Amino acid sequence: MAASKSDNQFGSPFLPSLGLRFLLLAGLSILLLIIDHRDNHLDAARKAIGATVYPLRVIVDAPVSTWRWLTDTTASRNDLQLENSRLKTERLLTLARLQRYSALEAENARLRDMLEARATVREQVRVAEILSVSSDPFRHLIVLDKGTVDNVYDGQAVIDANGIVGQVIEAGVLSSQSMLISDPGHALPVEVNRNGLRTIARGTGEFDSLDLPFLPNNADIEPGDLLVSSGRGGTFPAGYPVAVVESVTRIPQEPFASVSARPSAALNQVREVMLIWLADEPDELEVDADAADDEEATDAATSETEAEIGDAIAAPVENDSGESDE
Amino acid sequence: MSERRVSRNVPIILSIVIALMLAIAPLPGWAEPYRPDWVALTLIYWAMTLPQTYSVGSAWLVGLILDVAQGTLLGQHALALCLVIYITVKFHLQFRQFPLLQLSATVFALLALHQFILFWINGVVGVNSPAETYWGPVISSTLIWPLLTMFLAGFHQRARR
Repeated sequence: MAASKSDNQFGSPFLPSLGLRFLLLAGLSILLLIIDHRDNHLDAARKAIGATVYPLRVIVDAPVSTWRWLTDTTASRNDLQLENSRLKTERLLTLARLQRYSALEAENARLRDMLEARATVREQVRVAEILSVSSDPFRHLIVLDKGTVDNVYDGQAVIDANGIVGQVIEAGVLSSQSMLISDPGHALPVEVNRNGLRTIARGTGEFDSLDLPFLPNNADIEPGDLLVSSGRGGTFPAGYPVAVVESVTRIPQEPFASVSARPSAALNQVREVMLIWLADEPDELEVDADAADDEEATDAATSETEAEIGDAIAAPVENDSGESDE
Repeated sequence: MSERRVSRNVPIILSIVIALMLAIAPLPGWAEPYRPDWVALTLIYWAMTLPQTYSVGSAWLVGLILDVAQGTLLGQHALALCLVIYITVKFHLQFRQFPLLQLSATVFALLALHQFILFWINGVVGVNSPAETYWGPVISSTLIWPLLTMFLAGFHQRARR
């Protein structure tokens, strides 16, 4: 170390002046911003830095998980019995529904065989826990505790018991970052369950509303309509509930109606979500043990009969992208 | 000598790590827009107190970590923190002479600048950012600043011993 007059002198004789250092670093930041915005060549750097952040996330999450562990272990016998009986009834109901679904599924497969359509896409599901939620109020991002070691990949669909939550945008080694469908930069192709009307649902930055910006004034859509994923973009499997239409405002002089919908998934309340792997072979369907009691995980035998037409975008999109396909 | 240097820097680095943890800790929804900018505040304090050691370089590194932790564009927080810390180091002698009220006003201005850069970059790349979330962190951070300086001064005293 350099001999220094004051103890604070920490190697500063080796460094250029403050102004120069600032200019260099600012230039470097702008360069990084441009590269990161244009394309994703910085994934490796992100992953490396992300690995240093992971212990911090675990420590931050520790009080919450300890608290949950404590309440679980100290729950009274009475509470446990109540919960147990409730879960048993729920399980019965779910099993009853599942029976109907498996019959339908078999019938569907038979009909499909007759039509010689493509085999039904089946999914594999695993539960992931949310480690942290982005503190940046402009981005709706969550961090899950599964990473590439668990075969998580970029663009993977994330759902909860009630519907689609979002997609993985950055799979790290031990954790992965996902974008919620309510993020202002997210859009996904949906269709109206009632009549198959296709459109795009865009995030608004609010957890309880999605925007359907590309529906003409005469589109057949009403409050209460269920929107399901159409599978057109290739990212999300088809047939999962996305949102319920809340309001439709038709302004005669505007080209498009303003339609807003409420997401089916409780986007700001979930702690556990499910990751979906698409498996083409029907036999590969395995449901993780802890996801087995979840009806939504298994019911959606989805189909994609038509080829994916690239008219819908299921990816984080720029604001100006996307057009109506009706 | 270098051992003393290490033992002195450990508490400071620890305080920055704690600030990073506070920045990613979950908060209830209503409090989210008012989360103080812990990292910027801590870095401003150390840049003012030890400008030779904690300057633009460390601010830039911490900014990069924050970018990854919050999922923002790589370089966004790095640039904002770098600029704020540059101003702080440049004028640290003046800032040290300020009475608390004036210093708080200065911190308010610095944080507003910090927030402006974050919003500006968001605007350039086309991320919608609701305007009402602009002032929340700035105000809460300014209010917490006097307490934080007292706390970090205690930290520093202990480190000096």
